[in-house]
Amino acid sequence: MAALLRVSHLQTYYSSFGGARVVKAVDGVSFTLGEGETIGLVGESGCGKTTTCLSIVGLLPSAARVVGGSIAFAGEEITTKRPREMRRIRGRQIAMILQDPMASLNPLFSIYTQVAEPAYYHQAIRGRPLRQRVQELLRSVRIPSPAVRMREYPHQMSGGMRQRVVGAIAMAGGPKLIIADEPTTNLDVTIQAQYLEVLKDIQQESGVALIFVTHNLGIVAKMCDKMAVMYAGKIVEQGSVRDLFRSPRHPYTRALLGSMPKLGSKDPLYAIPGHPPNLAQLPSGCAFHPRCPHTMPQCVSQEPEDRYIGANWTAKCWLTDQQAQEEYVSAIA
Amino acid sequence: MSAPLLELQSVQKYFPVSTGTLLRRKLGWVKAVDGVDFAVWPGETLGLIGESGCGKTTTSKLILLQETPTGGAIRFGGEDISKLQNQELMRYRREVQVVFQDPYSSLSPRMRVGDIVAEPLEIHTNLSREALHERVAEVLELVGLQPEVARLFPHEFSGGQRQRIAIARALATHTRLIVLDEPVSALDVSIRAQIMNQLEHLQQTLGVSYLFIGHDLATVAHISHRIAVMYLGQIVELADSLELCTKPLHPYTQALFTAALPSHPDQRHEKVTISGEVPSALDPPSGCRFHPRCPHAMPQCARDPPVSKEAAPQHAVACHLY
Repeated sequence: MAALLRVSHLQTYYSSFGGARVVKAVDGVSFTLGEGETIGLVGESGCGKTTTCLSIVGLLPSAARVVGGSIAFAGEEITTKRPREMRRIRGRQIAMILQDPMASLNPLFSIYTQVAEPAYYHQAIRGRPLRQRVQELLRSVRIPSPAVRMREYPHQMSGGMRQRVVGAIAMAGGPKLIIADEPTTNLDVTIQAQYLEVLKDIQQESGVALIFVTHNLGIVAKMCDKMAVMYAGKIVEQGSVRDLFRSPRHPYTRALLGSMPKLGSKDPLYAIPGHPPNLAQLPSGCAFHPRCPHTMPQCVSQEPEDRYIGANWTAKCWLTDQQAQEEYVSAIA
Repeated sequence: MSAPLLELQSVQKYFPVSTGTLLRRKLGWVKAVDGVDFAVWPGETLGLIGESGCGKTTTSKLILLQETPTGGAIRFGGEDISKLQNQELMRYRREVQVVFQDPYSSLSPRMRVGDIVAEPLEIHTNLSREALHERVAEVLELVGLQPEVARLFPHEFSGGQRQRIAIARALATHTRLIVLDEPVSALDVSIRAQIMNQLEHLQQTLGVSYLFIGHDLATVAHISHRIAVMYLGQIVELADSLELCTKPLHPYTQALFTAALPSHPDQRHEKVTISGEVPSALDPPSGCRFHPRCPHAMPQCARDPPVSKEAAPQHAVACHLY
């Protein structure tokens, strides 16, 4: 299967004071996503998840720039595309669902206008077919009586319904990839569960690929095939969701899973000591070493590289390196 | 068995709804809290869980005396808090404190951490300057911060540390009950576990009681001894935390559990049984308020409001099925 999206060694830096200060928000991120696949991008705030996504859709703030690596979408390099070309990709090929549906919907336009816009521009549908298309889209996100609801305005809808409208807008251009950036953070649990089911149904019907940006590992367990764990601008471990949940190799993945409360269990939670590092002043070697329970001398001096654990499973950790581990053990003894 | 620390007896809070500016016309009442009973025992954590708009926060405001109940009684240490006056009222306010959800808006950016933590002490005690500083250092250490941070301002701290400061402020006055209104939902995953472990540790050492309000089932179930499930202003189920997790009885609680996210991809998925959204509290459904969304609704459910009964020892549920 050809990869729909191939991100390789992506580096996106923010520079301020005329380049005197550089923040490496994304530093060498690589992953691939096949058609119809779902990947979960997991990590704490400020680890570079959102910057990675904004690099893909080409909507980086002016201070940020892709300084290295490549993003190939359907075989085409998109980091070098001009804004005009990107506008033809955004909405039509790649769509985005943002966290806050109140902020991403325009309060002055009806639901119809907002859902119709991508179909109008990207698929050149007009008149009655456009109205039918909008109703179809609203029905696909399970909005009851779409013919009535499409005349309403965002303030007349509840949070869950608004987020469904955003989903319908994302689907309107007929994209091959949807990037969902924490789409359910503001929703109640039962509404969140309903929304996630809707997204799953849409994906099954249309075969769209999904990137789920979240810090909620439960969402990843429910929705994703693959997951990539980010820490301080790097993917520290990636692989299939099953493998990573069953036997996480990177101490950070293990720590995240251990800090997640499980229903019906009162086992003490694993608390990761300290707090996420400042991206402008990263620790030496492995960025996780000050918080890691297994730090070895090598972790402080040298940055670990990706190592293959399985076919599609990599981790950046010296613990996976036989030689480094033996040296460490002999050094202690 | 000792007496409960806090006891709510058929507590009600109705907010009037009116329209028009000149000729105010009364439209009705929003029954935000409608007949809530529960008790918090010394050293216990009671979890209060429910969706937005179910009355969790109004309940906490009633306990904190920010709202006066329309009906029913709230007792603290056996005394009705609506009848407290002067000294006794001050004592109540000293012994019951609150930690809010968002530590970015609950700490004044213009005050130093030391002053923030000292403020309740200045109001409630007449400690000398040195004693005040000592107490501030003591509580900061209790929550895992260095006493030196008292000189700093809140913006110099991360979210988790700010929440620790808020907890320190709540503990400063030898508090007996802390209302925790979603204290970890604004925090990062790795920090959440730190704060929850810290809260559990503080309870074990100080014997303080918590009312833990939240909407994330796994988080609330982890920290609470007992859990009360709230729906549209009423408690629909109240049971021991582990018992509620293994044997939820009320269809709403069951729906919450099927809607909860799995903790492992291999976990069996049940199809979400609950549809629709929480109805408006302005016009709640007749009979059992959950019946329009309930998969087991019977004709009786639309007619008679169910009464809470003990379906199992220490397990109360308000549902016609039991």
